[in-house]
Amino acid sequence: MRGILKLAHKLLVNDTAKFTAMLVGITFAVFLMMFVTSMFSGVLKHASSTVINIGASVWVMDPAVNTVSNSVGMPGYVLDAVRSMQGVKYAVPLYSGGALVKLADGTYQSVTVIGLDDTSLFGRPELIEGKIEDIYAESGFIVVRDAEFAKLQNPYIGSELELNDHRGVIVGIAKVPTSGLYGIPTLYTTYERAIQYIPNPRYTTSYVLVEPKSASDIPQIERQVAALGYRARTKEEFMQRTADFFIYQTGGGTNMLIMTLISFIVGLSLSGQTFYTFILENLERFGALKAIGTKSRDLVGMILFQATFTALTGYGLGIGLCAFLVWLAKRRLPSYAAMITFSNLAIALGMVVVIAAVSSYVGVRRVLRIEPFDIFRG
Amino acid sequence: MPNIAIQASGLVKWFGEEEAKTMALRQVSLEADFGEMVYIVGPSGSGKTTLLSVLSGILRPNEGKVLVEGVDIWALNSDQLADFRLGKIGFVFQDYHLFPRLTTAENAAIPLILKRKDWNEAIGEATKYLDVVGLKNRAELPPVKLSGGEQQRVAIARALSGQPDILIMDEPTASLDGDTGQSILSFVHKNVLNKDRCIIVVTHDDRIYEFATRILKMQDGKLGGPEGKAE
Repeated sequence: MRGILKLAHKLLVNDTAKFTAMLVGITFAVFLMMFVTSMFSGVLKHASSTVINIGASVWVMDPAVNTVSNSVGMPGYVLDAVRSMQGVKYAVPLYSGGALVKLADGTYQSVTVIGLDDTSLFGRPELIEGKIEDIYAESGFIVVRDAEFAKLQNPYIGSELELNDHRGVIVGIAKVPTSGLYGIPTLYTTYERAIQYIPNPRYTTSYVLVEPKSASDIPQIERQVAALGYRARTKEEFMQRTADFFIYQTGGGTNMLIMTLISFIVGLSLSGQTFYTFILENLERFGALKAIGTKSRDLVGMILFQATFTALTGYGLGIGLCAFLVWLAKRRLPSYAAMITFSNLAIALGMVVVIAAVSSYVGVRRVLRIEPFDIFRG
Repeated sequence: MPNIAIQASGLVKWFGEEEAKTMALRQVSLEADFGEMVYIVGPSGSGKTTLLSVLSGILRPNEGKVLVEGVDIWALNSDQLADFRLGKIGFVFQDYHLFPRLTTAENAAIPLILKRKDWNEAIGEATKYLDVVGLKNRAELPPVKLSGGEQQRVAIARALSGQPDILIMDEPTASLDGDTGQSILSFVHKNVLNKDRCIIVVTHDDRIYEFATRILKMQDGKLGGPEGKAE
């Protein structure tokens, strides 16, 4: 069989023009599919950045919350109630909100402010400069050094900033696993300072972060929180909720789906058509092979091999091109959201397999239908 | 090896049904022995190519039997028939049907590759057959770089590389000028025909009749003529 496959390979790649056209079609389709889905994956991940960075197992929130950045304040008794629930090891409040910082040159910059529980500082970021206890110092803020750091004019320890007419002092510089989606810098401070500095509605607790005694306690915690009229979600459920919001309620999912389908159709039509032409051009020769004594299954094997080889080569090139461009973009724009995931790779592979299957199906049909007698008749 | 290569009897073949029915073969019987170079001649539409296809296991007759070396080929299933063609028959097609993207040696090696021979071994063996047809120095060229006569010889080398007992040549001179056609058939007669091989040639080129050991004439689906074995 190896010789027959080598024969199929040579017939394919030696037809440089068609092979190139098919590769370009599949590469382009895979590139587009990967790019769109990677961008969307990146957006979803960055949209859940606070959930990832804080790292709490269970988040208690108002049922109306769709994404972590759009919190709905909860009254203080929720925290007390959660702390008294069965299965809860400990529970702390978290503040998450937005504010305006007045910079030294008089301009304003939006920031995300995360207020950590004053007692435990649960969810604190990893510091790369400064000491965490300095967060308790007067007007202390920790700034995250991410792609948006420069928007605060590259602050350093001791830098002062004006936040809603309050003086703030940078006491530490931190790093976090994932930067935010909206392209604005992040400041960490204590919960009490956050609600003191930032004008708030009546209820100030954005989330209650819960550590269950064990994973098996989570369902009963969820039930008890639901009985209060609130919602407890695990970290994964909250990230999924955020993803669902972006996919189903913002139009982003539909756009991604349309783009992916367009890429698929472009790839299918370009490669499928070229592969079909390739088969048509060689139809008489396939008929001659049949006359000489090639079995139908060998001919099918040859065509499937040609389609698979083209599809997988195009897939590899498409992935490579996408990875290269994402890498290039991230060098220029550190906050560039695109992220290649195994799911993206699997989706693109699935679509490429469909392209290969459809292309080879039409080719196989034509080759199986040709009668060697037609070769004699000319 | 028995001396009778092909024994066909009562072959009937028609195309289409009812009003569109066209009789291509009408009770055709023939025998061809090893060591013979049998020509089937006749005008266009007389059924020559149909007969050739039926004899070589490509087109199933509606009636009749074909024994090749004593084996009833139309009793074989499609896989067995493909193996039979690959093992016993060499084809030289009118339009050669060489693969333009393969080298001459690779084209000639196709029957060996289909027989699951190692690629390099197959190319090496095919090159020997190219040497037989005088094209060893063209082994690495694609067929499009060769003349019509050379392409015909590559097709012959391809047919021979499978070491067939029976060589089927369909209008071998149709795409060649007179001199080249004659030289090709002269070559086949001298170098390819032997006591263990039977060659069937379909042609209507009377300039190459001199190489035939026997000429069978076809007319309206019937085999006849002065030197044919008419039914």
